[in-house]
Amino acid sequence: MSGRHQALLQVGDTRRWGIRALVVLTLVTGADYLVWRWLDSINWAQWWLAVPLVLAETYSLLDAFLFGATVWRIRQRAEPPPPPPDATVDVFVTTYDEPVDLVMVTARAARDIRYPHRTWVLDDGARPEVQDAALTAGVGYLTRSADWAGMPRHAKAGNLNNALLATDGEFLLVLDADQVPHPTILDRTLGWFDDPRVALVQTPQWFANVDDDDVLGSQAPLFYGPIQQGKDGWDAAYFCGSNAVLRREALMQLGVAGYVRAVERSIRDALRTAGRVIARARTEARAAGPAVHAALGEVAGAVRRARVEVAAGEPVSEVTYRFQQRVDAAGRGVVTDDLARMEADLAEIAGMTGRSGAAVLTAELDGAVLTRLAQRDWSPIAALESVKALVCSVDVDLAGEAQPVMPLATNSVTEDMATSMRLHAMGWRTVYHHEVLARGLAPQDLAAMLAQRLRWSQGTLQLALRQNPLVQRGLSVGQRLMYLATMWSYLAGFAALVYIAAPIAYLCFGVRPVNADGDAFLLHLVPFLLTTLLLFRVVGHGMRTWRGQQYSLALFPVWIRACTTAAANVLFHRDLGFVVTPKTPTATPRPAWRLVRVQLVTMGLLVAAAVVGLVRLHLGIAPSAYGTWVNLAWVAYDLLVLSVVVPAARHLGLATDERTTA
Amino acid sequence: MIELDTHPTGAAVVRVDGRLTMVDAPAFRSAVAEAVGEAATTVVVDLSACAFMDSSGLGAVIAGLKAARQAGGDLRIAAPSTQVLTVLQLTNLERVLRPFGSVAEALRAG
Repeated sequence: MSGRHQALLQVGDTRRWGIRALVVLTLVTGADYLVWRWLDSINWAQWWLAVPLVLAETYSLLDAFLFGATVWRIRQRAEPPPPPPDATVDVFVTTYDEPVDLVMVTARAARDIRYPHRTWVLDDGARPEVQDAALTAGVGYLTRSADWAGMPRHAKAGNLNNALLATDGEFLLVLDADQVPHPTILDRTLGWFDDPRVALVQTPQWFANVDDDDVLGSQAPLFYGPIQQGKDGWDAAYFCGSNAVLRREALMQLGVAGYVRAVERSIRDALRTAGRVIARARTEARAAGPAVHAALGEVAGAVRRARVEVAAGEPVSEVTYRFQQRVDAAGRGVVTDDLARMEADLAEIAGMTGRSGAAVLTAELDGAVLTRLAQRDWSPIAALESVKALVCSVDVDLAGEAQPVMPLATNSVTEDMATSMRLHAMGWRTVYHHEVLARGLAPQDLAAMLAQRLRWSQGTLQLALRQNPLVQRGLSVGQRLMYLATMWSYLAGFAALVYIAAPIAYLCFGVRPVNADGDAFLLHLVPFLLTTLLLFRVVGHGMRTWRGQQYSLALFPVWIRACTTAAANVLFHRDLGFVVTPKTPTATPRPAWRLVRVQLVTMGLLVAAAVVGLVRLHLGIAPSAYGTWVNLAWVAYDLLVLSVVVPAARHLGLATDERTTA
Repeated sequence: MIELDTHPTGAAVVRVDGRLTMVDAPAFRSAVAEAVGEAATTVVVDLSACAFMDSSGLGAVIAGLKAARQAGGDLRIAAPSTQVLTVLQLTNLERVLRPFGSVAEALRAG
């Protein structure tokens, strides 16, 4: 692990204070610009563009402030303490549909990790060939238990949750199928768990199949560097799904606390809607006779009593037990009533035929069958589907899930971030260990890369809506800001749209959203732009950060799609259109222009706008020469940023797997 | 160590002796499974001799509660130590399961 890994830079004291000085300057100049924009320079006559523009600028400024807050506390950790002598560790290699060879390269490297441990391949595809290969390599093999049949699978979180119940190590190292670990990975990370409050040690993700040009922007030197180090400084470094060691106790604690939360929510929701459900069932069951009607009345009574008991703070296990007993009793009443009628019928038949067999039959029915019929599934009340669902929800077994205890969060497709936030809320600490200890495979073509970015952004936004860090109990202010910073950055798509539309509107139609003379504009904007650029330069010193900058704007269609689909998913329970990130090239060897057609059309519009702007300037109908040049410069910047999609679409991936040779 | 007994009332008593952690969880789960399989519908987990329980142990208790309920029975916990009470409070599990003072008390309830 030498050579290219030196790309991970250390942060010295001088740089840290330089960064802080720049953060202060950014804040001051940014605040000045923002105040001037809001109070003095909005052209209300063109409000339809002026307001979106000032909002987009406000968004970007807040983004810069959050970045400043992150790097304010950049934490350069010292050498880790030595690993404990006798910890038990399970190493999980998670796979779904990756090629067997790829999985096994990782599995064998995992097996050869020096610190004593057990290795498991977690095969969510349940493929016999993977099982055989694992057996040959001498590593464990796990698939979902029978409990998962017909239940929500929860993707990778479900895969890990299933494995957690099948293993028993104190710590677990999680590796994606394509992340080949270094033999020292555990020796270098386990020492951090000397602090009993530490739940997670995250190491960087670094990709071996990417050249220096990194056309698809796969390396994330700023994220696996100053950003995670800054979050670490705020005690908010988060889990990124792979190359991380976790403490089982912390995860299980989350699982148990999550179980309590899920049970309480299930019961609360069921009891709240119960009145309506029973009323409707009463209407539907009118034909079923007075006994069913009366039984439903008893169910309603049981609901009322359960509500009172829950409100009084009785343990829900007891509340639900009594509730179920009362419902069973109500069901038994109906059965008894039915039997009485049946007995009468049989007696009548017996009277007519003169045989007494019927009496014997009813006696038998009475005992065993009555019990059986009165059981939940057989009860005539259960025949009313809505009531059955209601009754099932008022219980503590979470029958709709494979496992009552789900240690890894299942409320987002980025289960890693959701889990970290819950760990932080429960007071656990996390560590970002800034040393590359695994080499992975980045997506090899544009389609795979886009799918991956879409999934990350969808998951993050899902979480922002479901588990808003600003209102989670137990998080510190710094932790709230750090989670917000990541979520905030995924809203960039809307701002990008405005930044593209504004110069086009100016150049083609002379629309001026900013009401200011040139000098005032420059006076307020330039100091802010310069300090931000400088801050970025200093923080990203020696890193290739340009690709990341390009993609944060150029992928605006992806970010917007993520926002709309995540909102539709959380608010209206729509499908996310979720795709597993392909690890092998999926496209035929042709440039994937189709995938970036929005960006290409946008670039065409920008070029056309530039031409129109120049013509209007020449004809003397442009609002001002100065404004035209500023907007042309703006168009040039937009084009420079968007142009990344051209090599990206032509990129066909590196032919060889460099992980084992580089 | 996990022991399974039948109480004179017909209820099952699962006695945890020592620790209940991830390592002991399988034995605990099979004891509960055996108990609910024998139609002894109420299972009481006697924790008077349980010196230490971690979150994995709590997870096993929850799995036991689910198994008992789905078999038409119930599961209750009795005589937890201070340490066990602490983990119950930390995870809020006490809001689901009431810690009874003794096996007898647990059997009287409900």
